[in-house]
Amino acid sequence: MRIGTLSAVFLGLLLAFPVTGFAKDNEAEESGKKFDPNEMIMHHVKDAHEFHIIDINDKPISLPLPIILWTENGLTTFMSSAFHHDDSGEVIVEKDGGKFVKVHEKIYQLNEGSTSVEFDDKHHPVNASKPLDISITRNVFMMWVSVLVLLFVFISAARVYKKSENKIPIGIAGFVEPLIVFVRDDIAKPMIGEHKYKRYMPYLLTIFFFIWINNIFGLIPILNGANLSGNIAFTCTLAVFTFIITTFSGNKNYWKHIFWMPGVPVPMKIFLMPIELIGIFTKPISLMIRLFANITAGHIIILALMSLIFIFETVWVSPISVAFSLFITIIEIVVTAIQAYIFTILSALYFGMATEEEHH
Amino acid sequence: MDLVSPGFGLVFWTAITFLILLWILRKFAWKPILGAVSEREESIKSALQSAEDAKKEMQNLQADNERILKEARAERDAMLKEARELKEGIISEAKEQAKSEGDKMIKQAQATIESEKKAAVADIKAQVANLSIDIAEKVIKEELSDKKKQEKLVQDMLGDIELN
Repeated sequence: MRIGTLSAVFLGLLLAFPVTGFAKDNEAEESGKKFDPNEMIMHHVKDAHEFHIIDINDKPISLPLPIILWTENGLTTFMSSAFHHDDSGEVIVEKDGGKFVKVHEKIYQLNEGSTSVEFDDKHHPVNASKPLDISITRNVFMMWVSVLVLLFVFISAARVYKKSENKIPIGIAGFVEPLIVFVRDDIAKPMIGEHKYKRYMPYLLTIFFFIWINNIFGLIPILNGANLSGNIAFTCTLAVFTFIITTFSGNKNYWKHIFWMPGVPVPMKIFLMPIELIGIFTKPISLMIRLFANITAGHIIILALMSLIFIFETVWVSPISVAFSLFITIIEIVVTAIQAYIFTILSALYFGMATEEEHH
Repeated sequence: MDLVSPGFGLVFWTAITFLILLWILRKFAWKPILGAVSEREESIKSALQSAEDAKKEMQNLQADNERILKEARAERDAMLKEARELKEGIISEAKEQAKSEGDKMIKQAQATIESEKKAAVADIKAQVANLSIDIAEKVIKEELSDKKKQEKLVQDMLGDIELN
């Protein structure tokens, strides 16, 4: 019963917000200049320095986020509200002896002596350099929110077991236990093997739930599509972790299969060596691209369907747009879990390959 | 191109966040949860095992009971049979004994009767002899009082002897 209500609320949110959330955004953009779906979609899919929530009467309402820059003069921090929602490089923020502008969600530092930003014909600033940007962006912010949710869910689940004497999973533990057992019995055990899977369980569980929850968060429209798991920096980092763990847990047998493939003639061994060597790197790269592309593609499709209303400039397209984006959203809900599962099972598979014992 | 080039800031924060998340969850969530789950699985496994053991023991016990019952039944049957045989033996023996005793008694009685008879016959014979002697004495005394009669008697007697 409780789960039923919860999912009803969740579904209600999904149904209600794509329409209102995106529509408001687009109306605002349309009233100013000609609607550019490409710009709108990219704005939603990419990272941003402020948490834009909604536009009311052309006034953007947003949550300012801290901007942290590493410049020649050291660390410079200020709030993103200092740019006054400007994204074209017009507003110049002076801080710690540097002049900063924001162009297409990138922070530039104006060169010494410049008073305004100049662009080349490809709209790249010419008289500015890019300082190292480690700002708390929209995606970082949402990542931390997801971390808080994960910590809350799993630590309270762990507490359930600590409290109950016969380890009965009640409450939240009853919800997470099947998922954890699923990761253990259907991902770790078959891929890595009964004897070695335990070492990798914390990593696999963390990565599974971390990706899944951020996939889900990316679908919640009120969060304005903080598209963390559809950002290549995120998927790249996780893929690198998988790569590092695979490489460091590789045993003699694993390296032998790469550099001197057993069971094939010598010319074949020499031929296979570079292929296997490339394979070490293509595996994590495929992980990175798969997650990024799947999640981003889903977002782009939903946004593109919504954009149809504004491209055709008629409200009569909206039933089709809503119906199709509802359909895609439901598919995306499934994809959130599938992509988390695929990333985890492939990581487990690579660990399994790295630790597989020689068998005759 | 912007879309597919990883930005340093997010890589940096993702790496730090993920490592911290991994560490905290490992310590405070995965270890207790996985520990509890496997502990429970172990206890279920051992409970099932002991149930299986109990079942087997039950079966053994039942088999034992059955065997004992069977043995008892067989013993009872044997005892009954023995008793019946004993009874029959006793009866037939008793009969035999009774018969032989009876026979003996009958024989004894017959012998006694025989001897009694003999004695009686002998007694009767003696008495008859005495009686006849007495009678004969008296008759002779009577008869021999007359000479003629004596002679006739002798004559008759002699005639009898010849006939015999």
